[in-house]
Amino acid sequence: MFTEEQINRYSRHILLKEVGGKGQKKLLDGRVLVIGAGGLGSPIALYLAAAGVGTIGLADADEVDLSNLQRQVIHFTPDVGKPKVLSAKEKMEAMNPDVTVRPYQTWVTADNIADIVKDYDFVIDGTDNFAAKFLINDACVLANKPYSHGGILQFDGQTMTVVPGESACYRCIFPEPPPQEVIPTCSQAGVIGVLPGVLGTIQATEAIKFLLGAGELLTGRLLTYNALRMRFREIAIKKNAKCPICGESPTITELRDEVNAMNVCDLEH
Amino acid sequence: MQLTVNGKQTSIADQETLSVTSLLETLQVSQREYVTVELNGEILDRADFDGATVKSGDAVEFLYFMGGGAA
Ligand SMILES: [Zn+2]
Repeated sequence: MFTEEQINRYSRHILLKEVGGKGQKKLLDGRVLVIGAGGLGSPIALYLAAAGVGTIGLADADEVDLSNLQRQVIHFTPDVGKPKVLSAKEKMEAMNPDVTVRPYQTWVTADNIADIVKDYDFVIDGTDNFAAKFLINDACVLANKPYSHGGILQFDGQTMTVVPGESACYRCIFPEPPPQEVIPTCSQAGVIGVLPGVLGTIQATEAIKFLLGAGELLTGRLLTYNALRMRFREIAIKKNAKCPICGESPTITELRDEVNAMNVCDLEH
Repeated sequence: MQLTVNGKQTSIADQETLSVTSLLETLQVSQREYVTVELNGEILDRADFDGATVKSGDAVEFLYFMGGGAA
């Protein structure tokens, strides 16, 4: 069962009746895939590692840039130039040796995502572009994997958990991605550094609750956050019968890359 | 008419009903071509924006793409 050190490390979890020894064991046996090791991915990966989620996959092709450090708190100044997944893996393993980090130094594509996703219990979207967001949604819906959607821009964020078959998916709200030139991204429009900390921590909470089987997931509701006005809102979202992937007559039955939205945030800074 | 728009009470003068398309114009909603509209809890098809109407007491949400996260 647990070592003396683990009992000590996870004592504040074990004290919670919603976690306990059994729940901590579920976390240690849990497998969560984090796509994007940047702003959202940083707090997600750090908190999942601290919580003792036993297997954490981390997918990102990018390298650490100086302009990332204002918000991507898992990467430090000496990491500039290093692959993000390796920089993150070092911090997570130093924080908690119970955790196995599986780095995927690649962008997710229609060709590789199904193969990556299949090994995990829960997926977290911490990406910065619509091509990836729609692809993650489609891959998770088709593979029946629960996942957490997250998006941030300037002072605003939104997140929703999707349990395929049970709750609304991202395409229930947004059937198609926007054309690439119309929606500003963080690299163009800026983002306040603390914002992904708020949203990413909520996404990590959802993964932990899912593994524990505790509480209520953020399904069927889009949680929006505005940091300037310091307001959270919840918008009820029903499954959309006309959703192109989870509706009554789906038109999307296999994965494809959203080429039109592909390069929305390809500047990386 | 009185609407609840994004959770806020909003009054629109001199109108009993409006199509969703006109509502977007009247309220000067940003990104009109890409915004998702939820009317009384139902996500509307973009093709229905001209045909669907809002009346007093309705709740409308405008939902926006938010793409950032990593880079
Ligand atoms: Zn759907």
